[in-house]
Amino acid sequence: MRYLAICLSALCSAILISFPLQAYEIEGQHRFGPDDANRVLRIISTADVDILEPLMTLYLKGQPDVAIDYTLVSSGELMTAIADEGAQFDLALSSAMDLQIKLANDGFSAVHESSATDLVPEWGNWRNHVFAFSQEEASIVVSPQAFAGLPMPRDRQELINILRRHPERFAGRVATYDLRQSGTGYLFATQDARTTETFWRLMEVMGSLDAQLFCCSGVMIEAVSRGDLAVAYNVLGSYARAREDLADSIAVIDPADITSMMLRTAILLKGANEDALARSFIDHLLRSAWGADTVPEYPFYKWHLDRSEAAAATKPIRLGPGLLVFLDAQKRKRFLRAWLAAIKQE
Amino acid sequence: MTEIPQSSGSLSRRLTLQLMSGAAILATMLYFVVLNVARDLAETSQDNILFASATAILEATSVQGEEVEVDIPYGALSMLGNVSDDRVFYRISVADTFLTGYRDLPQDPQENGAGSRYFTDTYKGESVRAITVMRRISLNAQAADVAVTVAQTRTGQMATVARMSQVALISGAGFFTVAAVLAVLTARSAIRPLNRLAGSVSRRGPKDMRPVIGPVPSEMVPLVTSLNRFMARLKTSLTRSEDFIAEAAHRVRTPLATVRTQAEVLLRRVDREENRHSLREMIRAIDESSRAAGQLLDHAMVTYRTDHLERERIDLAELVRELVARLQPVAELKDLTLVADLEGDAWLHGDAILIQNAVRNILDNAIKYSPRERKITVSVKRDGESINLQVTDEAGGFPTEGSALLTERFARGQNSAGTVGSGLGLTIAKEVAEAHGGSLILNNTKDGGGACVTLQFV
Amino acid sequence: MRFLLVEDNEGLAGAVLDRLRLDGHVVDHAADISAADHFASTADYDLILLDIMLPDGDGRNFLKAHRARQNETPVIVLTARSEVSDRVGVLDLGADDYITKPFDFSELEARCRAVLRRRGGASSNAQRFGSLVFDALAGTLRIGEEVITLRNRELRLLEVFMSAPDRIFSKSKLVDRLFSYDEDVSENAIEVYVGRLRKHLAGTDVEIATVRGLGYRMSLIPGPS
Repeated sequence: MRYLAICLSALCSAILISFPLQAYEIEGQHRFGPDDANRVLRIISTADVDILEPLMTLYLKGQPDVAIDYTLVSSGELMTAIADEGAQFDLALSSAMDLQIKLANDGFSAVHESSATDLVPEWGNWRNHVFAFSQEEASIVVSPQAFAGLPMPRDRQELINILRRHPERFAGRVATYDLRQSGTGYLFATQDARTTETFWRLMEVMGSLDAQLFCCSGVMIEAVSRGDLAVAYNVLGSYARAREDLADSIAVIDPADITSMMLRTAILLKGANEDALARSFIDHLLRSAWGADTVPEYPFYKWHLDRSEAAAATKPIRLGPGLLVFLDAQKRKRFLRAWLAAIKQE
Repeated sequence: MTEIPQSSGSLSRRLTLQLMSGAAILATMLYFVVLNVARDLAETSQDNILFASATAILEATSVQGEEVEVDIPYGALSMLGNVSDDRVFYRISVADTFLTGYRDLPQDPQENGAGSRYFTDTYKGESVRAITVMRRISLNAQAADVAVTVAQTRTGQMATVARMSQVALISGAGFFTVAAVLAVLTARSAIRPLNRLAGSVSRRGPKDMRPVIGPVPSEMVPLVTSLNRFMARLKTSLTRSEDFIAEAAHRVRTPLATVRTQAEVLLRRVDREENRHSLREMIRAIDESSRAAGQLLDHAMVTYRTDHLERERIDLAELVRELVARLQPVAELKDLTLVADLEGDAWLHGDAILIQNAVRNILDNAIKYSPRERKITVSVKRDGESINLQVTDEAGGFPTEGSALLTERFARGQNSAGTVGSGLGLTIAKEVAEAHGGSLILNNTKDGGGACVTLQFV
Repeated sequence: MRFLLVEDNEGLAGAVLDRLRLDGHVVDHAADISAADHFASTADYDLILLDIMLPDGDGRNFLKAHRARQNETPVIVLTARSEVSDRVGVLDLGADDYITKPFDFSELEARCRAVLRRRGGASSNAQRFGSLVFDALAGTLRIGEEVITLRNRELRLLEVFMSAPDRIFSKSKLVDRLFSYDEDVSENAIEVYVGRLRKHLAGTDVEIATVRGLGYRMSLIPGPS
C-alpha cells in the first residue's frame, strides 16, 4: 500500500524512457519548441511538467530557434545525476532546498547576477547561486467529512488534541510523507523538529494511530479527497489549493503556530552548454515570481513579502549551510531512527 | 644693475612638498594599517565563528555503545551562514578514520593531541579558512581522538577586506587631501612674514637705511638682526663715502682756490713777462686739475646715484631753463650766446640731480670748446615717445673718427687741444642717459660747422 | 662795492681780500658764523660771499638765519663740494648764486654783476669820466644822449681803463683781464677789443692811446676848452 504511490506517480506522470548510459532514474522527458531549434536549453527538474509548462511556453514565445528539453526526476535522482554522474544540464530546478544548497556548496553551480536577481528577497538568494522562485507552504490537508461534528484544528496542538480524543475516528486515516523516500517530506520534518516542539508529540500521536506514509503530496491529497484519509500532515498546500476540482472534498490548513514555507529553487549549473539561455530563463522565472507585475502563467501563489501581518506564522525555510546539517549521513541516520520509532511504534 | 642671487628653489614649495610627502607617507601608512587591522579583524571574526561551529560539533559527538555518533547541531553550520554567504565544509574523523562530512577535506597537517588550530588551504578550487578541533575520548577502552574540521570559503572575508580597504583608501585619500591643503596653507602662512619683510625692504627708497623693527617670528630674528646690522654698516659706509667725497673736494679745492687767487693777485702786480707767463701756467694747471677733480667727483657721484636711482617727475624744459640762466654769466665771459630753445614743458621720470649734472657737463664742454662770440643752442623737443635734449654749438664739430671714443673716460676731443677739460663730461652724460634707459648721440650739424650732442630719453 | 667774505681758510680769505681790494672794493672778513652774524647785523653790504664749511657750523644755517632776518643783501655761496644737490640746496635756502672753488675771478665778477643786476641794486655805481657815464652793472655806456650797450669783453676792457685813467696797461695785463687762462690768445687779440672801444669813443673827449712798446692808456683829449 505504501509503496504503491511510487509506482502510481511514475506511471501517471510520463512514459518511462530507458537510457542505457545513465544510472539515475528519469520520471519523464519533455520537449518544448521547434524540433529543429538551433539552441536547446536543458533543464533538469523535480516539478511536474504541467506546473511549469505555461511559463516555459511564455519564455519560448518570440524565440523561434530555441527549444527546451525538460527532464523530470526526483530530487534525490537530481542530486545523483549532477553530483555523481556529471550529467549535462544547463539548469536545475528543485524543491529540495537542502540538496540545491549542497550542489551549490559543493561547487556545481555558477554565479549569476542580474537585474532580476535583485528582485529576489535576501532570504531567497544564496550567494547568487541558489535562487528561490516560489514559496510553498507545508499544510495540513484534512477531509471535512472526517471532521464532521468536530472543530477544525488551527494548529498542531489542536490537531494533537483532536487526534488523541478521537482515536477511533482517525486510526489508520492519518498520513504524512515517508521521510526515507521523500526529500520534501524529510525537509519539512527536519524543519518542524527544529522549530516546534510539538512535532515529536504529533509524530507519536500519529504513530499510535497507525500513520500511513506516502511518497508524494499529490497522492495524499487525492486519498484525503476520496475520504481514505482524514488527515495528511505536511502536505504541499500549493498543490492542494491548485486542485480546484477537489475544493469541496478537502480542507487546507496552514498551522497557525508556524507554517514552514518551502522554497523552490533554481541553480545555474557550472559548465552549462547554453549558459546565456539558462541565465535568461532564470531571470524569466525570477521576474515572474518576484516582479511587481502579475504574470498569469506563474503557477504559484504570490505570498505577501511583508511577513509581519497577514502571514506572520509563515516562515520560509532559510537558504544556507544550516540545511546541510540534516543531509549529514550520521544526522540523517539518527533522525530517521528517532522518527521511525515515533511513527511506527511497532 | 642689481645682481639677482641664484635661486636654490622655493622655500614655500619645499616646505609644502615636505609636508605633503609627510602626509603622503602617513596616509599610505594609515591605509596599510587600516587594511591590516581590517584583514585581521575579518579573519579573526571568521576564525571565531569557525571555532564556535567546530566546538559545537565536537560537543555533539558522543559514544553510543561501540560507535561514535555525531548529532551535528543545526546552528553549528547555520551560524556560519549568518556572517557571510560562504560555502561550508566539514569533516569528522575518529582516530584518523573518516566518520562523516567531506571525506577529502584537508585537515590540520600538524594534527596531534587535543586543541585547536586554524589554517588556510584550498578546497574545491577555492581558498578556505579552516579549523580543526580535537577531543580525546575513550572508545572500546582505548583512547581515540575525535577531530572536527570546519572550513569556510573566504568570499565574505575578502569582501569585508575589500570594503575596508576601500574605506581605508578613501580615508587615506581624504586624510592626504586635508593634509595637503593644510600643508599649502601652513607653508603660505610660514612664508608670509618673510614675504612681508621682503616687501617692506624692497618698498623702501634707496637711501632708507632704517632698521626693520616690526615684530617677526623668532626664527627670523637672527636674519633681521643681521639685516639691520648690515644696513647700519651700509649706512655708515655710505655716509662715510658721501662725506669722503665732500671732504676730499673740500680739502683739494680750498688750497687750490687759495693758490689760484694768490696767483691772480700776483699776476696783477708782477710786470716781468717771464714771471707772468709762469703764473699763467700755474693758474692753467690749477684750473685743469680742479676741473679734472670736479669731474672725477661728479662721476663718482653719478656712479653712486645711478645705483640708487631716485626717480621723480621732472620737467626737462624747466631744468634746462634754470641751467642756462646759471651758465649765462660764464658764457658771457667769452661773448658766447647761450640760447634755450624750449617748446612747452617736457615731463619725464628721472633723477633730477643726475640729469642736471649730465646737461651741465655737456654745456660746460660746449662753452669750453667754443671759440668766442659764437652761439650755443639748447633745445628740448618731444619726438613721439621720446624726449630729445640737444646741445648744438659752432665749434667746428667732432672729428669724423672717434666720436664714440669721446665718451670713453678721459678721452679728449682733438679740437680741445689747449682747452682745459677732459672727456669725462660726456662719459657722465652717457651714463646718466643709459641709467634712465636713454642714450647719448654724438654727431655734427648738417653744415659741419658744429657739434650736436643729443640726450635722448625714451 | 662793499663785500662781506665769510671764509674760515685764512690763506684763501687773505688772497680773496687782496684780489677784491685790488679792484677797489671794500671787503670785511668773517672767519666763522658768529663773526658773520656780527658783521651782517652792523654794516650794510652790497654782497656776501659765503663759505659752506665753517668751524662753528654750516654756512647754510647762516643763510637760513640771514633770510629769516629779512636781510636782502645778496649772497653768493662759495662751495668746495661737488654734489649738485648742495648747489641746488643753497639756492633753495635763499642764496642768489653759487660758485665752485677754485674760481676764476672774472667768473665771480660776472656772477656778482648778474646778481646785482637781478636785484637792481648798487645803481650808484655809474662812473663818470669826461663825457662818459659808464655803468658796469648794467653794461651800458652813455655818451650825452646816446646809450651804448657794450659786449662783455668791451665792458670789462672799459672797466679796466676806467679803474685807472691815464695809466698805461700792458697788452699782457689786458689779456689776463679779458680772457680766461685756458684760452690761447695772442696779445694782438686785445687790439680787436681796443679797436671796438675806440669806435664807441669816437667823437667824445676820451681816447685810448697806444703807447708804443708799453701798452694802452685811456685819457681825456686835451681840448681847446
